[in-house]
Amino acid sequence: MKNVYENEMKLEFLSKSNNESFARITIAAFVAQLDPTIEEISDIKTAVSEAVTNCIIHGYEEKEGTVKIECKLFANSIEIEISDNGKGIENVEKARQALYTSKPELERSGMGFTIMESFMDEVKIESVLGLGTKVTMKKMIKANVEQEIKI
Amino acid sequence: MQVKYIKEDKQLIFKIDEEIDHHSSEKIRKRADYEIQVHIPKKLIFDFEHVTFMDSSGIGMLIGRYKLLSMFGGKTSIVNVNAPIKKVLEMSGVLKLIPIEEIENIGGNNLEKCI
Repeated sequence: MKNVYENEMKLEFLSKSNNESFARITIAAFVAQLDPTIEEISDIKTAVSEAVTNCIIHGYEEKEGTVKIECKLFANSIEIEISDNGKGIENVEKARQALYTSKPELERSGMGFTIMESFMDEVKIESVLGLGTKVTMKKMIKANVEQEIKI
Repeated sequence: MQVKYIKEDKQLIFKIDEEIDHHSSEKIRKRADYEIQVHIPKKLIFDFEHVTFMDSSGIGMLIGRYKLLSMFGGKTSIVNVNAPIKKVLEMSGVLKLIPIEEIENIGGNNLEKCI
């Protein structure tokens, strides 16, 4: 029987664009404990990359700030909370829309939240203008779900 | 990124050899725009053989280059795309503008020379 357990970690780093790869690789390494498929890992990496990029270019508008990630592992799922203390989102509904971007001049595609929503099972956005934004994402790790059913 | 221009076909090939995110796409964009404006190719090919990761920043980067080259009447396509990146590309709808092509159709030998 596979050892099923809970675990948690926190990560804090400066809002520099070269930390985007650091963040997604770290989360991928942490979630590896749940024995996810390659596809699940790449979904999580992409979603984390989107959320962290949002903190850096929208939350802090490429100025200095701190990005925080809290990651919890459950028996068969992962919960990732990514937050900034940046400027906040004026209209969350609009930001969620596919192809909408407040920064077309930066060649943003407006696909960030759409990718997070389709690659993860649940995405919650909480934002207060002037205070910051917190994105909470959950994903089931299917291999473990199946294993539990067998047991 | 390795750049190859094939004069006789007016083909410009960008072989990207890193993960494409917001950080790296800025660098790729600068180099790509310079090369496009120098050569004004008929066809631009992004070779993704060595790209293991791409997020939505890559979509913006690809559309930007597509738009630039469209002004000169050139076509853009992508080759050697892995499954996770294909998923991102399909979701964005960008493949209607920038299709994924088989290497044979665009002259596989040219890509080999690129390495």
